[in-house]
Order: sequence, then C-alpha cells, then structure tokens
Amino acid sequence: MQTPLAFLNDAKRITVFAGHYGSGKTNAAINYALALRDFHDQVMIADLDIVNPYFRTKDGAKVLEKKGIRLISSPFANSNVDTPALPPDTYAILDNKEAYGVLDVGGDDRGALALGRYVPSLLKEQNYEMLLVINRFRPLTQNAEDTEEIVREIEQAAGLSFTGIVHNSNLGYETTAADVLHSIPYAEDVSKRLQLPIRMTTVSEHLCGELTNQIENLLPMTIYVQQSWEHGV
Amino acid sequence: MSEKVLVKGNEALAKAAIAAGCRHYFGYPITPQTEVAAYMSREMPKVDGVFLQAESEIAAINMVIGVASTGKRVMTSSSSPGISLKSEGLSYLAGCDLPALVVNVQRGGPGLGSIQPSQADYFHATRGAGHGDFHMIVLAPNSVQEMYSLTFKGFELADKYRMTAMLLADGTMGQMMEPVSLDVGEVTKVEKPWALTGTKGARKPNIVNSLFLVADELEKYNFERYKKYEIVEQNETLYEEYRMEDAEYVIAAFGVASRVSKNAIDEARAKGIKVGMIRPITLWPFPKAPFAKAAETAKAFVSVELSMGQMIEDVQLATKCKRPVLLCNRVGGMIPTTNDVLAAIDKAVEVGGAE
Repeated sequence: MQTPLAFLNDAKRITVFAGHYGSGKTNAAINYALALRDFHDQVMIADLDIVNPYFRTKDGAKVLEKKGIRLISSPFANSNVDTPALPPDTYAILDNKEAYGVLDVGGDDRGALALGRYVPSLLKEQNYEMLLVINRFRPLTQNAEDTEEIVREIEQAAGLSFTGIVHNSNLGYETTAADVLHSIPYAEDVSKRLQLPIRMTTVSEHLCGELTNQIENLLPMTIYVQQSWEHGV
Repeated sequence: MSEKVLVKGNEALAKAAIAAGCRHYFGYPITPQTEVAAYMSREMPKVDGVFLQAESEIAAINMVIGVASTGKRVMTSSSSPGISLKSEGLSYLAGCDLPALVVNVQRGGPGLGSIQPSQADYFHATRGAGHGDFHMIVLAPNSVQEMYSLTFKGFELADKYRMTAMLLADGTMGQMMEPVSLDVGEVTKVEKPWALTGTKGARKPNIVNSLFLVADELEKYNFERYKKYEIVEQNETLYEEYRMEDAEYVIAAFGVASRVSKNAIDEARAKGIKVGMIRPITLWPFPKAPFAKAAETAKAFVSVELSMGQMIEDVQLATKCKRPVLLCNRVGGMIPTTNDVLAAIDKAVEVGGAE
C-alpha cells in the first residue's frame, strides 16, 4: 500500500480548483490546502469565488489560520456587500515562488471568468495544475458527455485548460462507501473522454477506512463549510 | 425509486417546476435565488420552454399574468425586495382568478436589507401581498426535498383552485445542498374552459379581467372567491407534528427555524422537558386545528421565527390566547441557534409552569 497522501509530494506550485457549481470545489480546496501544509512550509489559499456570496472559503478561515495557511479573500466576503470583488493580494501567491498556492475558483463559466486575469502569470511560470472537481450526483454532470459540456464552457471562460480531475462524487451527509465506489466508472469515463488523469478522490473522513485499499490517491475530507441547520430535517 | 441527486434548493425548485409541466419562466435576478434563473436559462430551451429575463420584476409578474390567462403553467421567482415590486401583479392575479406559482426566497429587510436568510415576509405572504381582499396558498419548505415536492404541489393547487400559490422559502433553503429524490406524482390534467386559447369561431370569447365597475357585481365575485377559500382551508392545510404526543411546551416554527428547533427539542427532551413542535407547511391556510388542540393541554407556546414576530399572531389566534405564546427570534439575516431556542424553552417552562 502506498503512503497516504504521498501524491502531494509531486504537487505543482499552484493548484487551481474549478468545476461545476456545487461540485464541492471549496471543501476540496480547503482540505487539499490543509493536507499540503504537511508537506510544505508555505501554503496559501485564495478565494476567487465571485459567484456565490453564501458559501466561500472564508467560512473555513479559522481552521486554515490555525494550521498556518494564509487565506486570501475578498474584503467583502461574508459581509452584506453583494459585490463580485476579487481579493487584491492574490498576486502574493503568484509572485512568491517559495509558496505553494491553492486557487478556489467560482462555479461554472461565470465563476471561471475571474481566473482569466491570472492566466498569463500561470502560463508564464508553467508550474501549475488546474483541477476539475466532479460529482456524479449533481444533476447536470451525471455522465461524461454532460460533464464535458460544462468543462468546455469553463475552459473557454478561464482561458486555461484542465490538467487533471478531482473525483468528489458525494450525496452530502447521506454518502456511503458504495456511492463512492459506484461512481468510479463515471470518473473513469470523464477521464477517458477528456484525456485527463484522476489526480485524487476526495471522500469524507469517516469513509476513508473502508475505501483506503480500494482507491488510489484518496484525500480525506472534513467539511468546514457547514451550518448549524444542516441536520434536523 | 430513482437514485438521489445532490442539489441546491434553488435548483430543486426549478427542476420541480419543469417536472410539473411549467414551460414559462419570467424573472429578474436577485440574491439569494439567482440560481433559479440560471437553471431555467440553461434547461428551459432543452424542453422547448421559455426563459425570459424581464426588464424588471414588475414586467416579469405581468408576463406571468399573460401566460396564466392562456391556461399554461407559469412561474416567476424573486427575493423579498423583488417580491414587493410584484405586489400589484399578485393582486391582479387574484382579481382575475388565475393560477400561477410565485417563489419568494426571502432575505433580510425592510428595504434593500441584507442578502442573508429571513422569514420577515410572512405577513406579506399570508396577509398583505397586495391591495384588496385575497389570499394565496403559501407553502413553506424546510428541506431541499420539500423545495422540490412543494413546488410541484404548488402548481397542482394553483390549477385546482385557480389561485396563486407562493413558495415561501428563505436564503438557507435556496442555498443549501441536500440529497433529493426526484420522484413526483403525475401532473394532474385540469380542464380550463376559461382560458384564452382563441375561439376559432366556435365559442363565445373568454374574458380575463379584474375590473368590475358595478359595485354589486364586484361584491358577488369577492363573496364567491371567499367561499372557495373556505374549501381550501378545509382541504389543503398541511403541517407536521414532532414529538407532540405528551408535549407540555409547543414550538411553532417553519422553514429553517423548524430545523434548528428540532435539534433544540431533542436536547430539551434529553433534559426531561416535554417539548414538541407543530410545523406549519401551509402558512395560508394556517393549521389552526392542531394549535387549538394543543392549547387544551399545553402549558406554553414558543414561536421561533426569523422575523420580529409575525407567525406568532396566527399562533395566538389559533390558540385563542389560552396559553402564553413566547417569541424566539433573530432578524436581519441572522438565524436562531439551538441555544437560542433552548433558552426560549427554559423561559416557557418558567412562564407556563408558574400559571
């Protein structure tokens, strides 16, 4: 068995998380940044989500701070100002070549538009990875064909192509190990169709024990963007 | 049963509308319900439907009136400030006895307010949606599953009674993601002989109108409409009871407030306090009967709301003020916490137990 998370040794300097909105980008990005911190001294994460004012990386701010990860987010995030503002210090990630950076991009093509202004820097440095977060249980990305449609829109808006996949199929708090296992053929279909490798599979921490010998490059997820009313249905 | 999907509340209601046979959506974007329009703009063309971003909320509701006149299923959606703009149209829909579905994903108010969740449009939805005497059927979901099922039901009820059905959600319901089963019943085919479909020279023209200058004629329509409302009250009231079997203290809560309350009830029960909940699912018609019954034995009531206390008036009316009714509330976009509700339960024990 491989050392868990060993794949993070080969992380590119900058990792971009993008995908269909609601695919789980923010939670994946936060958990990835936290895991990355165990391998590298300087880790920063930037919240570039200009689309969704309700759930943003800033919600996980305390956890990140505690682990010494710098969070770069819009001064208006989680305030009542409904302004699609990008954090001005995102360039700190691009300019500080010693640091490992995570960019959490908003959903769909509209969210990806915000990435555009950083693309010249990313292309110049080349040391980046742009990851597509996918969830088979989202209604508009239930098969490879539909997923590709959204992928092409995102790539066009961002002006950057994906280099890998984060498989994050889940049904929220109802997710079982079987749900994840049954979604593997979907992830493989997407991988084949888009000619992109599956870089990691993200699963809720409590399912990791069951899945660790069955799936490569597993990243355990703790949900940091969660509210008090999530249960009690 | 089909496999579940993970969806946002706003997407769920949009999906349900399409499943219910709605092929006409008119709207204008506003947080926190913009995903409805985003979803419709992508999906309506795939089912030969119409998505139209109107130039304003007022334009959108008037387009709804137009399509409703033809007997087609039609909807618009907005959030609190936008719903205020639609008020005139809501009155006209009622005056014309037209079926339509209107969604309000509430945010903090008054004025432009905040973009965070609120329930402060309860009075608007149940009492003052516009000028004149009228009611809408008001449905209050408390999960993404109900965002789906109650939207579907709203279309059915609207057609059945030629009324406007309003889905009264809040920002959390619109934004939260939960697993949902997309199974729904069959769409009921309702004959609409009143609809403006073209006479083809074969029948007398239909007229859809809310202007009646002869006073006793207008009076007659009002009386008839309120007879219909009585039938709706008798047949369509929906509510859910939680741990009410032996409840001495009763929480009244709907939407997101009911979810927080459920957690608080479980904690209070663990401490030995006999507390339960009546969750109105239709806010109009309000479930008066279970509250009246509870007032016979309960010691006190607590209304948990994201408003300055609006539903509390219906609880007081339904219980005829037999027992004290306390208010537990947060406003402006804040949500009561489990501890807020527990503190209110303690207060109810103090007030109710003393009498």
